[in-house]
Amino acid sequence: MRSRQPKGWVVMARMVTSTKPLTKTRIGGGPKTGGPNSNGSPRRNGHGRGFPDLQSSANRYRIGMWVALASILMMFTALSSAYIVRAASANDWQPLKMPRIVLLSTALIIISSFTLEAARRKWKDTVSDGHRRWLLVTMALGIGFLISQLLTWRQLARQGIYIASNPHSSFFYLLTAAHGVHLLGGLAALAYLLLRARAPQEDELAVAKSQAGADAITIYWHFMDFLWLYLFVLLFFVR
Amino acid sequence: MSGETHEVVHRHEAPTSFIRKYIFSLDHKVIGIQYIILALVAVLVGMTMSVLMRMNLSWPGTSWPILGTLFPNGAPAGVMNPDFYLSLVTMHGTIMVFFVLTTAPQGGFGNYFLPIQIGAEDMAFPFLNMMSFWVTLVGFIVILAAIFVEGNTTIANSALGVALGGASGATVGPIGGWTGYAPLSAVGMAAGPGQGAGMNLWIVSIAIFCIGSLLGALNFITTLLNMRTRGMALMRMPLTCWAWFTTAVLALLSFPVLLAGGILLLLDRIVGTSFFVPGGLFFGSSVLTSHTGGSPILWQHLFWFFGHPEVYIAILPGMGATSHILSTFARKPIFGYRAMVFAIFAIGLLGFFVWGHHMFISGMSPYSAMTFSILTLSIGVPSAVKTFNWLGTLWGAKIRFTTPMLFAIGFVSLFVAGGVTGLVLGQTSLDLPMHDTYFVLAHFHLVMGVASIFGMFAATYFWFPKVFGRFMNDRLGKLHFWITFVGVYCIFVPMHTMGMVGMPRRYAQFTEYRWLDTLHPLIVFVSIAAIVTVLTQLLFYFNLVWSIFKGKKAGTNPWEATTLEWTTTSPPPHDNFAGVLPVVYRGPYEFAVPGATNDFIMQTEPDASEVPATEGVGGNGQDGHKH
Repeated sequence: MRSRQPKGWVVMARMVTSTKPLTKTRIGGGPKTGGPNSNGSPRRNGHGRGFPDLQSSANRYRIGMWVALASILMMFTALSSAYIVRAASANDWQPLKMPRIVLLSTALIIISSFTLEAARRKWKDTVSDGHRRWLLVTMALGIGFLISQLLTWRQLARQGIYIASNPHSSFFYLLTAAHGVHLLGGLAALAYLLLRARAPQEDELAVAKSQAGADAITIYWHFMDFLWLYLFVLLFFVR
Repeated sequence: MSGETHEVVHRHEAPTSFIRKYIFSLDHKVIGIQYIILALVAVLVGMTMSVLMRMNLSWPGTSWPILGTLFPNGAPAGVMNPDFYLSLVTMHGTIMVFFVLTTAPQGGFGNYFLPIQIGAEDMAFPFLNMMSFWVTLVGFIVILAAIFVEGNTTIANSALGVALGGASGATVGPIGGWTGYAPLSAVGMAAGPGQGAGMNLWIVSIAIFCIGSLLGALNFITTLLNMRTRGMALMRMPLTCWAWFTTAVLALLSFPVLLAGGILLLLDRIVGTSFFVPGGLFFGSSVLTSHTGGSPILWQHLFWFFGHPEVYIAILPGMGATSHILSTFARKPIFGYRAMVFAIFAIGLLGFFVWGHHMFISGMSPYSAMTFSILTLSIGVPSAVKTFNWLGTLWGAKIRFTTPMLFAIGFVSLFVAGGVTGLVLGQTSLDLPMHDTYFVLAHFHLVMGVASIFGMFAATYFWFPKVFGRFMNDRLGKLHFWITFVGVYCIFVPMHTMGMVGMPRRYAQFTEYRWLDTLHPLIVFVSIAAIVTVLTQLLFYFNLVWSIFKGKKAGTNPWEATTLEWTTTSPPPHDNFAGVLPVVYRGPYEFAVPGATNDFIMQTEPDASEVPATEGVGGNGQDGHKH
């Protein structure tokens, strides 16, 4: 029997020229089910209470965080490409010897990701104080990381290695500073989580939003952890 | 609006105090207007600079007493010196590209209309939205400061000027062009007047602008993905929303790269690193010993990786507005909606892989040049798809020649006229001789500058009734269109000729180049055309202000358009739809639907044969096509 499946280019041409709604197949965050003409958004606003439902209203924090991370990632990508190009563009590239204390930084920030995950798991548990306690531990580890980074700087400065000393040290100071500033933002966000009044449990929207905010901050922190691991490899193993 | 009754719920009250309502407002509509006002101010500065440049080019050596009074060092006795001219070039470019072409189309109109068109009551993060405007404004103030710290000797020689890296007082800003090429931008005062304090402030301003744009882009993307109202499927969005969304993605991914480049450049200048400055540079008779081994080409890569998407950041919103307006006044569905969406995406995607075509003469490998060239030329395909579809929309239409429609048609014309020369410049062999001539100047001004601005003019005349509840004056609008339309062609078409003759960009005057003498009448002609065109814009400003108070009153849907912004009052209430979010039943461009009572069907109008939420989507002309 002859297959009736149209050729690939025919499908593409139809996609572009056809007049049938494409929205029956889902695109991006598009509708799953229901809605007018059965291809509308699943959200119930417009009917019912007249404002977006809980999940989608809270989801914006997670979406927003991923979008923000894309742009942060782009910045570090640009700096990395500069690093690689600069390393190859002249013969004045003298890689630093890895200061031992950087290993401490790395260990601290890896552990902090785990403690933050523990805090997030305890988020719903309003009886015990586990959430806040793990948050505090995470913050302490984060501050420890920053101090350890500063100590690295001091150690290098004692050896007479400054930002303008050679291209590798320039990138070392720049990348650690850029990462440190972002981590400082993460610490501020953790402090906000810690100090924020817990949402009253009966207000579902507030709870959903609050949970989404906590998720977003957790995502950010994990990202900063991975980013440091990446920079660590870049700075001390790619050179 | 659908006739169903809704429980009215106000989510957030409108602020009552003046400051929260009009200054530090969280309302996307107010923020949008603030962005537009910023652009309207910035464009005045930019236009003034272009007129000054034209005057110097066509009547070199003439004394302009006002200039002598304002800038005694830059224009002694009123005669502009070449450094002064170069700083005008730089600041004109910077202000126009960043504070006009990036703010008005995206931050202005996008902010105002994206949430309304997708049926949301505000942006996803109103506070970040407010911050994005105020951060951008700070960036603008810093760039203006760069003018004065260089141009004004009192400031330049004060402690402030010295603290900022020293200033010359002989220019009105840095002189390195809006691209800020290293090493001239990286070595400070050694590179010439204007490259001290002015350049520092220039970099800081751009970095601040990057942050503002990123906040905006974050908001746009999240809002569009998360806050579409019920029934507003992605493929039911107006093309404007697609354009703003794609623009936001481009901004999100390209501005961080510029920010990174700016940080590196600032470090080179201030702490003495050598990212961009190679060793052994000669300035005058002295060798620069403070830097070694940097790569100036690296700056070009970082800059143009941002710079090329930036071109599309400027023009995509104009394309969206044009599609929207053409369809409305042609009273026909946009031809090939889906193809339009894919074309926007294709342009945005390809925009990230073509930055090398700005650097053909930087000594890159011919193989990479060829790759960049092929990718660049391939952007012609989605661009042609868009043009074809615009023409298809107009084909056989009963066109209503309103002012916005004229500007939208003007956009198509300018986009084609400016885009075609892109195919010339995209080829390495042709770009090599053309590079840095007036041909390039004409190309990008037509397509990126004027076409984008025509899109914004169209958008202004089109949406003004929604924003202020009154029409703009039609007679003045048409006059504005015709003079501007003819004017910009008179300015930029001769520039192609000049470029082909070999006239270089960024030269303060051509009196020393005898072989260009024959072009002088053309230079004068362009200058007169430019001055007339610029003066005509005052007509637009007048019309804008006058119509706010005295324009003809407009109803809810004065253009008989179909999208959601026309379902709410003019101007829209604080939460856009007075507490009841609209429900969307159909695509955005349902004009001339066979069998319908009106010649247009609003997006909120339910089908007569509305089948409830299960199966049963028929191809019964739902997206307005009548094949």
